Amino acid sequence: MATDIRQLLKERVLVLDGAMGTMIQRHTLEEEDFRGEHYKDHNLPLKGNNDLLSITRPDIIKDIHRQYFLAGADIVETNTFSATTIAQADYGMEDAVYDINFYSAKIAREVADEITAQTPDKPRFVTGSMGPTNRLASMSPDVNDPGYRNIDFDQLKQAFKEQAKGLLDGGVDMFLVETITDTLNAKAALFAVSELMEEEGVDIPIMVSGTITDASGRTLSGQTTEAFLISISHIPILSIGLNCALGAAQLRPYLEVLSDKAPFHTSAHPNAGLPNEFGEYDQTPEEMATQVREFLKEGFLNIVGGCCGTTPEHIKLIAEEAAKVKPRLVNSPLSIAE
Amino acid sequence: MTKVSLQLSGLEPLIVTPESNFVNVGERTNVTGSKRFARLIMEEKYEEALEVARNQVEGGAQILDVNMDEGMLDGKAAMVKFLNLIAAEPDIARIPIMIDSSKWEIIEAGLKCIQGKGVVNSISLKEGEELFIEHAKKVKRYGAAVIVMAFDEGGQADSYERRIEICERSYRVLVDKVGFPKNDIIFDPNIFPVATGIDEHNDNAVDFFRATKWIRENLPGAHVSGGVSNVSFSFRGNNPVREAMHSAFLYHAIQNGMDMGIVNPTMLEVYDDIPKELLERVEDVLLNRRSDATERLLDFAESYKSEGKKKEKDDAWRKESVEKRLEHALVKGIVEFIDEDTEEARSNYDRPLHVIEGPLMDGMNVVGDLFGSGKMFLPQVVKSARVMKKAVAYLLPFLEEEKRTNRHGERPIPTFPAGEGDTPQFQTADATAYTKLKEFARELRKNQTGAERILWANLRDGQLDGFKFRRQHIIGKYIADFVCLSHKLIVEVDGAVHQLPEVKDNDEFRTEWLESQGFKVIRFTNREVVSQLKRTKIVIANELWDIEEETSPTLGETERGQDSAPKILLATVKGDVHDIGKNIVGVVLACNNFEIIDLGVMVPAEKILDAALEHEVDAIGLSGLITPSLDEMVHVAKEMERRELSIPLMIGGATTSRIHTAVKIDPVYSGSVVHVLDASKSVPVAGELIGKESYPKIYDRVKAEYSQLRDDHANRKQVKNYISYDAAKANKLQIDWQAKTMHEPAFIGNKVFKDYSLEEIVQYIDWTPFFSTWMLKGKFPKILEHELIGEEATKLYNDALAMIKEVIDNDLLHASAVVGLYPANAVGDDIKVYTDKEKSGTKTTFHMLRQQGKKGSGLPNLSLADYVAPVESGKVDYIGAFAVTAGIGIEPLIEKYEKDHDDYNAIMIKAIADRMAEALAELMHEKVRKELWGYAATEILDNENLIREKYQGIRPAPGYPACPEHTEKRLLFDLLEVEKNTGISLTESYAMYPAASVSGFYFMHEEAKYFGLGKIEKDQVQDYAQRKGMSLQEAEKWLSPNLTYDV
Repeated sequence: MATDIRQLLKERVLVLDGAMGTMIQRHTLEEEDFRGEHYKDHNLPLKGNNDLLSITRPDIIKDIHRQYFLAGADIVETNTFSATTIAQADYGMEDAVYDINFYSAKIAREVADEITAQTPDKPRFVTGSMGPTNRLASMSPDVNDPGYRNIDFDQLKQAFKEQAKGLLDGGVDMFLVETITDTLNAKAALFAVSELMEEEGVDIPIMVSGTITDASGRTLSGQTTEAFLISISHIPILSIGLNCALGAAQLRPYLEVLSDKAPFHTSAHPNAGLPNEFGEYDQTPEEMATQVREFLKEGFLNIVGGCCGTTPEHIKLIAEEAAKVKPRLVNSPLSIAE
Repeated sequence: MTKVSLQLSGLEPLIVTPESNFVNVGERTNVTGSKRFARLIMEEKYEEALEVARNQVEGGAQILDVNMDEGMLDGKAAMVKFLNLIAAEPDIARIPIMIDSSKWEIIEAGLKCIQGKGVVNSISLKEGEELFIEHAKKVKRYGAAVIVMAFDEGGQADSYERRIEICERSYRVLVDKVGFPKNDIIFDPNIFPVATGIDEHNDNAVDFFRATKWIRENLPGAHVSGGVSNVSFSFRGNNPVREAMHSAFLYHAIQNGMDMGIVNPTMLEVYDDIPKELLERVEDVLLNRRSDATERLLDFAESYKSEGKKKEKDDAWRKESVEKRLEHALVKGIVEFIDEDTEEARSNYDRPLHVIEGPLMDGMNVVGDLFGSGKMFLPQVVKSARVMKKAVAYLLPFLEEEKRTNRHGERPIPTFPAGEGDTPQFQTADATAYTKLKEFARELRKNQTGAERILWANLRDGQLDGFKFRRQHIIGKYIADFVCLSHKLIVEVDGAVHQLPEVKDNDEFRTEWLESQGFKVIRFTNREVVSQLKRTKIVIANELWDIEEETSPTLGETERGQDSAPKILLATVKGDVHDIGKNIVGVVLACNNFEIIDLGVMVPAEKILDAALEHEVDAIGLSGLITPSLDEMVHVAKEMERRELSIPLMIGGATTSRIHTAVKIDPVYSGSVVHVLDASKSVPVAGELIGKESYPKIYDRVKAEYSQLRDDHANRKQVKNYISYDAAKANKLQIDWQAKTMHEPAFIGNKVFKDYSLEEIVQYIDWTPFFSTWMLKGKFPKILEHELIGEEATKLYNDALAMIKEVIDNDLLHASAVVGLYPANAVGDDIKVYTDKEKSGTKTTFHMLRQQGKKGSGLPNLSLADYVAPVESGKVDYIGAFAVTAGIGIEPLIEKYEKDHDDYNAIMIKAIADRMAEALAELMHEKVRKELWGYAATEILDNENLIREKYQGIRPAPGYPACPEHTEKRLLFDLLEVEKNTGISLTESYAMYPAASVSGFYFMHEEAKYFGLGKIEKDQVQDYAQRKGMSLQEAEKWLSPNLTYDV
């Protein structure tokens, strides 16, 4: 990394990229695209396994990263949201997990370096996306047996550690533990990442982003925003934020809580509004930018970007809004010591 | 912005600021602190256990302390289960969790279950800085705050100086070496009791306050917590004083900076509501303001006693009535005055028996109730029994005297006007049927059922209150089982007789005819006779006395059925010598009004059953510790069935289990069979078995339960996967022997240590199992501070130390050991032991077994043979063996105590000898590692880490999980010449005598670890039998607990 991101965060609000899935859908991809040469003999259908495209169609993924950088993003997320042994089990692709993470990180790194070379005054970063997996450590999948779990901390930790190793080897600048629906999953991811970094003798920043599922203001596993914040504060993370599930307008009160309480930088990458009756996100870049402007002006954030339904067009307008405001001042209420 | 000093979370945040007064930790979800919660968890009543948690939250707890440290519990599994269930209850999960355990593995398992930021309770420097750092780092990475106990390698801090020294050191390590967030550090600087009467304790509260203040001023960010109820420990039973003490303590502790703690809100007085005089005295004690503070508070406390609870001053109880004095002596276990009090009672009562049945039994009932409700603990109960026995021993000569002078007491020998004395049989018989019936009657007498035999043994020769009975007596055309002709009473025992062809008429007709002849008929079933003989006799006697009263009203006043204490026979089965548990059961039952017939150890089935009939016992209890005893118990049960008994059978002992009882014992005996988990369970079980109404219920319930268990067991067996013995051998532990240099021992052969220094051995004692022998569950030394049982544990510990001192000072016990080290190679699953390095001769061959359960990928099927280099490696490896005992000379000691009716010390000496044998085994193992074999010459471990087996190498014992077949002990004994070298011998079941003995193998390999063999298949058993030169049947007999199949 050319420049210290912490230094940059003091200077301005940094911009994160937008949705990966929405952009992939713009291409009409078939089973063969997902399989490529590498996995042509795999015994299960692979269509829809977007993370695999980093290996089988790196051209498409690199192009999406490039579009977001050119739209004004400072940071892109690797195409690895589901690249854990747990999530890949659906495709029987557990063995490919290291490769997916490694190559996803590698191609994002290449694009970031390419764009940074063009505008050296604006360094570009790659953050390794670590999704929540499709299993929850603190909730039972069986309503009749509330004590039952189909995944435990150790299994999650192991899966996240494998993912993080691939991302680290592929050259990410930082990790993004995101779309957290169950804080215990996130704690396992943080445990894995911090253990890995200790073993590898490296220390790179970690971003954390939770998901408030609805107007109750709680995560899927039931925590309030503040309880969530406290629960992951034991690791010296770079930023804490919220993403997905809600649009920018709905996210506002919870961002305010984070802005108020967090001893870390704050981030948000909301969806392009709430889904319409067809499950599509149809908020225009202009509408979204207007809503984002509201809390940017109030100084809630240090990092802003987009989640489901957002495109380079959204990011372009958001980046313009971000450029107009001063970043939030990180003020730690955490300690009366010293 | 408000300054925050500590942040925790459940589903919602808990923010502690300097302004928040005090964080209250709910502590009812703690198995060590709440009996009710412990019971709910043990019985897996998780729904109700959750209610306990919910009540805590609703009652205002801000943090929920969860503790599953209970010996009988898989603490880790219980912790995980309960926390997962809490996670599904938003109104409980709202608040942060405090994961409370003395075991790190439980803490870690708990940390993996909570999504919020909780608190770990606790870690400390007790086991050294390295482990402390390791645990602290993990706690930090899991994201929890931590309670740090003021405890280090030197022990628990008990002074102001030690408290601040340890807290400061802990803090510096946490902050400087671990980078632990300062605000997440919570110190527990140990709240100890005050007003204990011991001068050193006078500053306990003051030191805590000062240490708290120091911590808050000098260790920035850190918090202070503690368990408040400890402080008033010496006033248990006096709640008003305790409540005042808690409140005043909290008041001062908070003033000094304590900001978190475990307080039972129902045991807390409002500070301002404490009466002034009481407050002054309480604070005098807490603040140690005057030298007579304790005495003054004690005096004053008298006037604040709770209702019904007495807290007499030392000798006040001597002024009470003799009944009260006896009760007090029994409850408190005081033998000092028992002879004089018993004498006084004897002179007050008309008969010595009435002293036993009156005040003494009343006192023991109080003890039984207190024990039953968890208010007394086993060591106290054993002491009570000692007092009881002393009193009875005092009365015994008087009882004998009374018997001699008045054989029948006040009861006259009955005379009856009609049909007196010896009516010849023919006078009542139907002439036509007489000859035939006579023949049959003779036949019946020979073929008496078990029940009839028992009843006859009790009716013959006028034993029943002097009434004369005849058996198989012909009346008319019927044969009466038993008849008392003088009173015209017929007793019929229903069973085999009625199936015989000669008796065709139905019972109703027969009874009608007999009654028309002036006879009264009463009937009993076989089972009633056998299992409730006493009741049967009482019923018969009552009938006779009723008849007598009707006919001669002047003889109205009579006594009946005085001798009514139910009898239980106890025995350790043949081949087994272990009896501590059995003796404890005996004491506990005796305290609950059972009469105990204790046959001792190594008792053959024949003797057990003969004695059972002779003493007319109401139940039999079998005990055993080693696995072959399980088979012997099955044998006893089969014998009972063969002899047509139906006396209830209770099964207990360390290797016994509910499942074994259900699968192996219950099906062979049609009477009641119940597995009894421990001494405390023996009372309710025995009670149910002897009750006339409860018996059929427990019979049906347990039979059904065991039948269900058998079905489940059969089903489970089919599910479990096993692999072939060949496949298991192929999946052995892979060790690169070529890369390994073998460590040659300092000598080859046997080395004998005669009369080893007991002082040295004592240093190696692992005390935790000692307390568990006495049914006090908890880890030493923490158990001494335990809120509930700490006081008793401390007394017990002191008694043990005193006895050890006596043993050492007077040279009462002797300890010996033999260790052998030999060249060896694995040959298949055998281990060949050579005479020398050149392998010129074979000393012996040990036969090992291999796990056959299907393993996960990468996991080997282990055998102990894997830890010795195979012969194919071409290398010479080594194996060791040992046998130690600390029980030489124990018999006269036990005899002395038993003669003195002192069960407490009789059990104590055995428990101590056991511990010393284990300690000697530990000591020898260390000596082997560091000197004799010498492969770990530089090892330095303290006792705690020895106990935790933190060294290289293992010492598995034949008969235990890794090598469960006991007969290997014979080979080991021969190799080491154990009998000659140490005086330990083997019984026919391969138990070692004296019981305080340990033997086993030594393996040195780094990868050697303890494992359980589990179940094995027939293919391995066949191979094993062949290797050992045993028949398959014999191999199956010795391996029966480990077979996947039924023989």
